[in-house]
Parts: sequence; C-alpha cells; structure tokens
Amino acid sequence: MTRALLLLRRRLVGSVFVLLIVVIGTFLLLEAAPGDAVDAYIASTGGDAGMIELLRHRWGLDQSALTRLATYLWALLHLDLGQSVTFSRPIRDVILERLPNTLLLMGSATALSFGLGSALGIYAGARPGGFRDRLLSIGSLALYAVPGFWLGLVLIIVFAVDLRWFPIGGIESIASAKTGLDRAADIARHLVLPVSALGFIYLALYLRMMRAGMAEVWRQDFVLAARAKGLSRRRIVLGHVARNALLPLVTMLGLQSAQMLGGSVVIESVFSVPGLGRLAQEAVAARDTPLLLGIILVSAVLVIVINLLVDIAYAFLDPRVGASEAGA
Amino acid sequence: MSPLRRFLRTPEAIAGAIILVALFAMALTAPLFFPGDPQAIAGPALLPPFQDWSLPLGTDRLGRDVLAALLHGARTSLAVGLAAAAAALAVGAIVGTLAGFAGGLVDEVLMRITDAFQTVPSFLLALAFVSVVGPSLGVVVAAIALGAWTGPARVARAEVLSIRERDFVAGARVIGMHPLEIALREVLPNALPPLLALSSVIVAAAILTEAALSFLGLGDPNRVTWGGMIAEGRAVLRTAPFLSVIPGVALVLTVLGVYLAGEGVVETAAVRRSLS
Repeated sequence: MTRALLLLRRRLVGSVFVLLIVVIGTFLLLEAAPGDAVDAYIASTGGDAGMIELLRHRWGLDQSALTRLATYLWALLHLDLGQSVTFSRPIRDVILERLPNTLLLMGSATALSFGLGSALGIYAGARPGGFRDRLLSIGSLALYAVPGFWLGLVLIIVFAVDLRWFPIGGIESIASAKTGLDRAADIARHLVLPVSALGFIYLALYLRMMRAGMAEVWRQDFVLAARAKGLSRRRIVLGHVARNALLPLVTMLGLQSAQMLGGSVVIESVFSVPGLGRLAQEAVAARDTPLLLGIILVSAVLVIVINLLVDIAYAFLDPRVGASEAGA
Repeated sequence: MSPLRRFLRTPEAIAGAIILVALFAMALTAPLFFPGDPQAIAGPALLPPFQDWSLPLGTDRLGRDVLAALLHGARTSLAVGLAAAAAALAVGAIVGTLAGFAGGLVDEVLMRITDAFQTVPSFLLALAFVSVVGPSLGVVVAAIALGAWTGPARVARAEVLSIRERDFVAGARVIGMHPLEIALREVLPNALPPLLALSSVIVAAAILTEAALSFLGLGDPNRVTWGGMIAEGRAVLRTAPFLSVIPGVALVLTVLGVYLAGEGVVETAAVRRSLS
C-alpha cells in the first residue's frame, strides 16, 4: 500500500507543474484572441464607451498581463473559471452540467475498445503469423484509418435512417418523462451508436498492441518452460502469454484518454450528445474563448486524474512497479 | 536486391504504394482536368453518381461537381498532412535532441512542457488554436503540428540519451565544437531513423485531424476539403448519402495507403539493418 502512496505522491507533484504550464498556455491563447471579455459582453448587451471603461476596470482588464495572469490563477485556485457570455452563467456550472454525458460516453467507449480490442488481440496473437492473425491485422489497420466522425455518419445512415433501430442523436428522448430504469434504457439506446463510433476507432489500437505484445512474449523462456511442462495450448495462451502482454495495455488506457476526449468532440457533435465536446464546438461557433479554454483546463485535469488512477491500478497489478522507491 | 524491390515484396506495401501513387496523381492533375473553380456550379443540384458522364460522381446540393471537389480536396489533404507532419517531426526532433543532450534543468523543463502538451487533448488544442487565430491553411498546419510534436520529441530524446555517450560525440567535444553545434549537427541526424519510422503514423493522424477540423467548419474556407464535403453532405444525409460517403471513402483509402506504405518502409529499413 505504501508503495502505491509513494508513487501517487510523486505523480501528484509532477501533475501540479504540468497543470501550471497548461494554465499559462491557455492564458496566452486567451490573450492572443481578438477582443476581450468586455468586447464580447458589450457585443451581446450593448453599451457605450464609458460602460466599456468601467467594465474593463471592474474586471481588472486594464491591468498588466502579469497581474492579470495572477488574478486568473487566483480565480482558478477558487475553482472559478469565469463567466460564459453565451450562456450568461458561470463557466464552471455549464461544464459540470455537460461533464457526466461525456464521461458516460468515454467510459463506455473505453470499455468497448479495451474489452473487444484485447479479446480480438488474444485471438490474433494466439498463433502469430497465422491466417486469423493476418486477417485481423489488415482489418484493424483499415478500422484505424476510418475517421470517427465519418464512421458515425455511416452508422447513422445504416442503423438510424435505413433500419430505424436506434435514434439519430441526442442523449435521451425529449419530454418523455421517463424515470428510473426506463430512463436508463432510453439513454443506453441513444448511446449505442456514438459509443460504437468512438469505441471502434480505438479498438484497433488495443488489438494491435495486444497482438504485438503477445508475439514478443511467445519468444520468452518461461513460455518454453510452460510448453515443456506439457500445459495445454489454451492455458499457455491465456495464463502465460496473454496475461503478460496485457499490462502495457493498461498504461495505454491512460495515455489514450486525452485522444479519446478529443475524439468525443467530433462524435458528440455528429450525434448531438450534449457533452463537453459539443460544448467546445458551441464555444467555437459563438467565439466564446474563455469557455473554450475552461473546457481545455477541465479536460487536462480529467486526463491527469485518469492517468493517476491508471498508475495506481498498475502498481497493484505489477508488483515490480515502485518497489525500489518503497525500499529507499 | 534494390531497396525498391525489397520494399515491394509484401502485398500490403504494394497496395499502399499504389494508393499513394494514385493519390498524388489525383492531387497533381486536379488543375489539369478541372482547371476552373471546383466550387463553381457545374450542373443540376443533387445529381446522383454514374448518371451523367460529364459529371461522373454527381453533384452536391448547390450543383457543384463532386469529382472536381474530390480531386482538389486531395491536394488540401496531402498538403496539410505532409506539412503538419514535417513541422511536428522537426519541432519534436529539435526539442527532444536539446532535452536529451543538455540534460539537467533544460531536460526537466522541456519534458514538463511536453507532458503539458500531452495532457491537453490535441484535437481540443487544435480547435482552440484555429478558433483564436482564424482559419487558414497555415494556421491549420500549425494547429495540427502543435498537438503532434510530443511523440517525436520523446522518441528523439530516448535515442539521443544513448547516442550522446558514443565516441564520436566525445571526439567532437575534444576538437572544441560548440555543444549546440554537436547537438544539432552530430547527434540529431543520428537520432532520425526511429523518427522516420514514426512519420507515417503522424502523417495519417494529421490527415485525419485536418478532416475533423474542416468537418467542424474550421478548415480554410477558400479551399475544398474532404472533411468540409462530408459536413456539406450531412444536411442531405437521408436523400443523398453518397455526398458524405464518397469523400469519406477517399479519406479512408488515403490514410490506409499511408499506413501500409509506412509499414513497408519500416520493414525494408529493418531488413537492411539486419543485413548490414
């Protein structure tokens, strides 16, 4: 347990620095954007030059860049991301409202791509170089080449327009007043297509990684030993080869989370899922830069947290990790 | 065996090479076959493919020639994909080499910045960059490179860490070369091979990112893009799905061609290394 705690502490310190760099980066982008929050506010409400002066002064925008960075950091420390002009509400509230949908979409897509991807990877890697292996390799490469948003559109054409099996978009039926299990089933039905579109793209990655890892493990001595013991092929594949090839995939789970979040931006706008990604697109369309940068900050925090969780899980799965730190 | 013959040994590499050659031919001959503006109206609106042989792939909602747009779109996809990948590889190689060669505080700072760029979803970063600076071809290239240089930087750094202990680096120090000169002229070129193995993945990712950006309406508005065509077709998805399907198939084939050819190159290089 102390092992995992030590690891966690070291990662947390590193994360603070990384987050600080991200904050400074978003601040610079905010500075580079034409017009400031006052311009955006006046553009939507109207007001004269005196009003602009007053607001600039009140919001601290007439200060030097360094002072404004300090104010920005101070506000962030209090979890204050500023005010969204488009929604006329605090950015934090808007983001928190959308976050659950994105987490649901990402979580389900990750489960799909990781589960199915590693299973197919084991299937392909059981006999490296065999027919199934070559077929799955080419298939996964082709899948990897498909843009997620286009796969989403094709799924809509086939399963929502032609076959009418699933709804065309949204997260749940509007004004259906469903509750409890009915509502959960309704949301699940809405999520089938977007989760498939997002999950299938990344499935190829896990498949290929699992397969490559297994090809590597097959060459090791302990596999030879297991063979010499007379173990069944099934037990060697599952108990020895696949098991050892699975660990790097867990790390990939964390590294992929940032990509997955980026991918959900496009998928959410294809399927009109009211999540963080669609919010980002709305922010772009409305030129609401503070909102967009708030989303980036929250995504960065999310990616850091996911990676921390993956690191902890890894420390539990692999007894070698962090052993040297615990001893020191 | 010549490198080319060795490269063309696997069926995958041949398929990749054929796709890429066809694609470059499409991109290069687009102004020859369709010298006019691909965004000009060429016929009746929403003409299905294979009906009129002067407009083989049909027309879109405004009556624009789909084939002309497809060929001109190939130019944008390839140009942006190659330029963004080249920029990402160059920045990554330089940052990785400096970090690995200098070590200490420089290494620490550069790698934390790399971490930060890897923490932010690269597509969101590209989206924010384009929306702040404004969409144009150069900005889209920069936005894509901004999220793609971290992988090459890590690979370059790892490679440099082993190269800097070699004798020829010590030799360069002895003859009094400036450390920066050693890093960029002696160490960097030797760290390139693993980066080039990475390049096909980066080109493919850049093409996909460009398509996604222009799908969301953040591409260069003055150019035809496959992503933009798919977005256009989305409005008539029920009645004319071919408008979204055709440019999508072109995208998939392009990215697949890049992957396949890239794997062929890596295998050729691996064979050559094991032979020498």
